[in-house]
Amino acid sequence: MSFDKRIDGRGFLDLRPMEAKVGVIEKADGSAYFRMGDTVAYAAVYGPRELVPRFKQNPKTGILRCNYNMLPFSGVGERIRPGGNRRSKEISMVTEKALLPVVLLDHFPNSVVDVFIELPQTDAGSRCAGITAAALALADAGIPMKDLVSAVAVGKVDDKLLVDLRYEEEAFEGEVSDIPFAFIHNTGEISLLQMDGIIDDESLIKLVDLARDAAEKVYEVQKKALLEKFKKVGDGNERK
Amino acid sequence: MGVVKVKDKEIVIPGQLLAEGMDFVPTGEAYREDDKIYSKRIGLVEINKRVIKVIPLSGSYSPKEGDTVIGVVTDVLVSGWRIDLGCAYDAVLPIKDAVNEFVKRGDDLTKYLDIGDVIFAKISRVTSQMLVDLTLKDKGLTRLVGGRIVKFPSVKVPRIIGKNASMITMLKKATGCKIYVGRNGYIWIDGKPNQELLLMKAIKMIDELAHTSGLTDRVKAFLEKETGQKLG
Repeated sequence: MSFDKRIDGRGFLDLRPMEAKVGVIEKADGSAYFRMGDTVAYAAVYGPRELVPRFKQNPKTGILRCNYNMLPFSGVGERIRPGGNRRSKEISMVTEKALLPVVLLDHFPNSVVDVFIELPQTDAGSRCAGITAAALALADAGIPMKDLVSAVAVGKVDDKLLVDLRYEEEAFEGEVSDIPFAFIHNTGEISLLQMDGIIDDESLIKLVDLARDAAEKVYEVQKKALLEKFKKVGDGNERK
Repeated sequence: MGVVKVKDKEIVIPGQLLAEGMDFVPTGEAYREDDKIYSKRIGLVEINKRVIKVIPLSGSYSPKEGDTVIGVVTDVLVSGWRIDLGCAYDAVLPIKDAVNEFVKRGDDLTKYLDIGDVIFAKISRVTSQMLVDLTLKDKGLTRLVGGRIVKFPSVKVPRIIGKNASMITMLKKATGCKIYVGRNGYIWIDGKPNQELLLMKAIKMIDELAHTSGLTDRVKAFLEKETGQKLG
């Protein structure tokens, strides 16, 4: 069986419907909600706050701690055992590395900024949704940032190049590759690049450009969500 | 000649391009990279000739020298007190900056300030490692007895004070409470229970409507309705 149509009917280069909201968690210093199709991510940021245990403190800079967690009922198939596992630990780590280049932590020596990413529902692309939500939450928390980070997954299914894969596409029987990307908006630098599956170098080069364009669309959604929360301020009648 | 890419008083997001060209100067939460100026935080842009400033709209308090703050004593040290300012960094109030009389080595410091006491102090020094020193030796700085602390976003503190302290003067007059506002977002209030309740409602209102025009008038209308008295 060859792959020539997407299950949800969208074009090969279309993204799933996106939705973003900022400031959804009252008690957090900053928070965001990001939905991409059936993948839903919440991110909450706490801090900068005092880092305990103290031996982990770094006098030169603050540190960023990310925690990625899928809720037990969030998966497509079976119940996920709560608490961390090897996969979530790895994704927490790559999330941190994806965000680190933009967060200006040297403003907060000896302190920590905590980012908690919770996924109540997932359908592929959860680390990308997590990173996108986390970038929004960090901005909402007022942590100084050089830029925003937008993430999106691309891949090759059978012989087609796709943007923003669904679970069914990732699970296609045949040659599949799934490549999550994160881009720093202004410079276009890549801060996350992982891959599952097999791909030829020609397709990979094409996919980088496709991912860049797709991440730009994610960025627009992020920007809109951030301005949405604070727009009351900018309607031209604010402080003197 | 450089180009400004945003309007005055526009809201900007982190990484947004504000201006191009070396003839502009970034201040506040704006930063320069090569010949471009970007924003670091969500904030309001203020363009004043060649100075481009970003005033943050969110974020926690970061101690700055000269700020007057409200703090809570959390620990008694050998030669001073540790003070919580509600941010990532604790402050230290040395004895010599708090007490006028001579204190012998080994004297009990709790007779001056004890754990849980509230002070209205000034930040005398902040080091690069964010070690914060406080002082009580300046006009108006004091220990605050009784009352309670209301937490408020520190970026909105200028709104509580108002232009030429108009807002805070009105709040004091209308509610009859004693009010101290720390730059760190701690507000200390003291009054009768119903007065405090009214004040807290007004504070919540300022929080929600911060950065809108005619805020003082709106709060005034609210207070006049609640108290039934005319405010001048």
